[in-house]
Amino acid sequence: MGIRERLSGNEAAAIAMKQINPDVVAAFPITPSTEIPQYFSTFVSNGQVDTEFVAVESEHSAMSACIGAEAAGARAMTATSANGLSLMWEMIYIASSLRLPIVLSLVNRAVSGPLNIHNDHSDAMGVRDAGWIMLFSESNQEAYDNLLMAHRIAEHKDVLLPLMVCQDGFITSHSIENIELLEDDKVKAFVGEYHPEHYLLNEKEPIAIGPLDLQAYLFEHKAQQGNAMKAAKKVIAEVSKEFEALTGRKYEFFESYKMEDAERVIVCMNSTAGTTKAVVDELREKGEKVGLIKVRMFRPFPAEEIAEALKGAKAVAVLDKSDSLNGAGGALFEDVVSAMYTNNIHVPTVNYVYGIGGRDTTTKEINSVYSDLNSVVGNDKVENPYRYLGLRG
Amino acid sequence: MAYNHKDVAANRPSRLTSGHRMCAGCGAPAVARMVLKAVKPEDHAVIACATGCMEVSTFIYPYTAWTDSFVHTAFENAGATLSGVEAAYKSMKRQGKLPEDNHTKFIAFGGDGGTYDIGLQSLSGAMERGHDMVYVCYDNGAYMNTGIQRSSATPRFADTTTSPAGSVIPGKMQSRKDLAKVMVGHHLPYVAQTLALGNFKDLYEKAEKAIYTEGACFLNVMAPCPRGWGYNTEDLMEINKLAVETCYWPLYEVVDGVYHITYKPTNKQPIENFLKPQKRFKHMFKPGNEWMIEEFQKEVDARWQELLDLEAMTNKAE
Repeated sequence: MGIRERLSGNEAAAIAMKQINPDVVAAFPITPSTEIPQYFSTFVSNGQVDTEFVAVESEHSAMSACIGAEAAGARAMTATSANGLSLMWEMIYIASSLRLPIVLSLVNRAVSGPLNIHNDHSDAMGVRDAGWIMLFSESNQEAYDNLLMAHRIAEHKDVLLPLMVCQDGFITSHSIENIELLEDDKVKAFVGEYHPEHYLLNEKEPIAIGPLDLQAYLFEHKAQQGNAMKAAKKVIAEVSKEFEALTGRKYEFFESYKMEDAERVIVCMNSTAGTTKAVVDELREKGEKVGLIKVRMFRPFPAEEIAEALKGAKAVAVLDKSDSLNGAGGALFEDVVSAMYTNNIHVPTVNYVYGIGGRDTTTKEINSVYSDLNSVVGNDKVENPYRYLGLRG
Repeated sequence: MAYNHKDVAANRPSRLTSGHRMCAGCGAPAVARMVLKAVKPEDHAVIACATGCMEVSTFIYPYTAWTDSFVHTAFENAGATLSGVEAAYKSMKRQGKLPEDNHTKFIAFGGDGGTYDIGLQSLSGAMERGHDMVYVCYDNGAYMNTGIQRSSATPRFADTTTSPAGSVIPGKMQSRKDLAKVMVGHHLPYVAQTLALGNFKDLYEKAEKAIYTEGACFLNVMAPCPRGWGYNTEDLMEINKLAVETCYWPLYEVVDGVYHITYKPTNKQPIENFLKPQKRFKHMFKPGNEWMIEEFQKEVDARWQELLDLEAMTNKAE
């Protein structure tokens, strides 16, 4: 019935990778995800995995090598953060365009500049349109569980897209929490073997990958990527159900926390959801109708489902741990607002950019958001919808 | 087995088929064809290409000129991409996920842009890690695919679109990087410099050694570009010959650190003979610019002498 352990988020990710036992891991160290390749190379050195570990000279090469390996017919994984993902950026797009189901463990950190090593989501938001499935994780347990589900989703024949599992740098990557691990054999059975249909190392059927793709075809190929992303929703739901049957741990596109009669709602991702739950519990005890939507599946974006979930709310605050610097609002805010608009749901909504560069976000601040929402309820037009939370005056 | 030109060039099928869109008179396809002919017919190959002329002319969706498996991802990372393929091969072979009799060779092609410049880091990483692969640089001495911009392989004084021969600055002012020696500094089992000369023997034999030497090997192959260099397309082989006879492009190999010059001209020709047929050096022949030819000659002489010294030194040590 599972193995009870105490692990940091990075340890949890590394253990998941050990149990998945990919054919190739290519990675380059960067804070705060460095421990993942460190732990993993120890597994390699001690013969606990069959993996070929490629200690590349940069993140650009890490993703390039993962692409080469996955195209060759192997299961390839990597881990990175912030500027590492920025350096990979070119290859991130190429990985998805070549329909290679690479799995990346992204430990979220602020992208330079100036240099900062702490958590926010600017790295993930920089690749939100890159054609990767993006799953966010509140805790070590969720980071582990999402990784175990990753290959089943990414490699599904209707999907064939790369996938990244996000967790918050330091906040979960370096915090030791209780976790329930699956036994190795159960992981092996659940994840299954990878049998790509076409691959470079198949000498019986040589293939060419990565053409010059001009006006006559690129549009169709991009539309195929888009359709695969749409198809991923169903697959994510199915794999999550199967995972629930195996572990008892339920995963949906997003978690609706005390949403039944909620009037004031916060939408956020990753570890801030834990802080928000504490506040929701506290306010509920006082009889306040507050709730939380914690987005797990950010790409594909569950637009229709989120709009439906927010239908009964009277005011919504979307928390973005990354500023889009566009003078209009953060990425999650824009997705949520556009989801509601296209589904003909009109709830006054505000955006809070918060926690930039690892700025602590406390229950007191989350409390202030719910309290601010009281003055948003009933607004026809929200004044100043694009706000900061926790910014010094 | 001794090189048999008829057997290799005429009888052995080309693994890069005709119908690709490289220019007439371009040196690169001849290099790719001959390198691939050195792969044993029974062996499979995975070829990686950096973005560049060769890639955009041989694999335009939905057509490919490559009969082996082929992968292209980006400009600066052929070394890293092929590292991943080779790592997958090692891993899958070890785990029994590939048939025992699957023998695959790994060959990367990059121009001087993708190799000397933007791809140098990725190349260096792949070579240092010792992946069992061959990286072949087809050096045409400038970024030809984007329209003849200078690279670190462009020779001094050459007229390119980003080092134009103007009234104040007479072409590229810097000397070219010696990439083969940079690779020798990686202590690779096999590094060679070659080109398509005469019956292709030098190129073929070096390719064969590189492909069938275990570990990371590197070939630097001069591949003239008629558009960038400004010669008549039918003169390709003559330009190659002059590069060798003037010692502009010496033919040599470095086996485990030991230098062997594989061709020493009996009468080293003056560098003018190589420069003259090329439009990119035209301005060097204007009255008053004799100093440029002298400087160029000095550099060629110094590099040739250095090579002779290295050969003497490394062989004495044996």
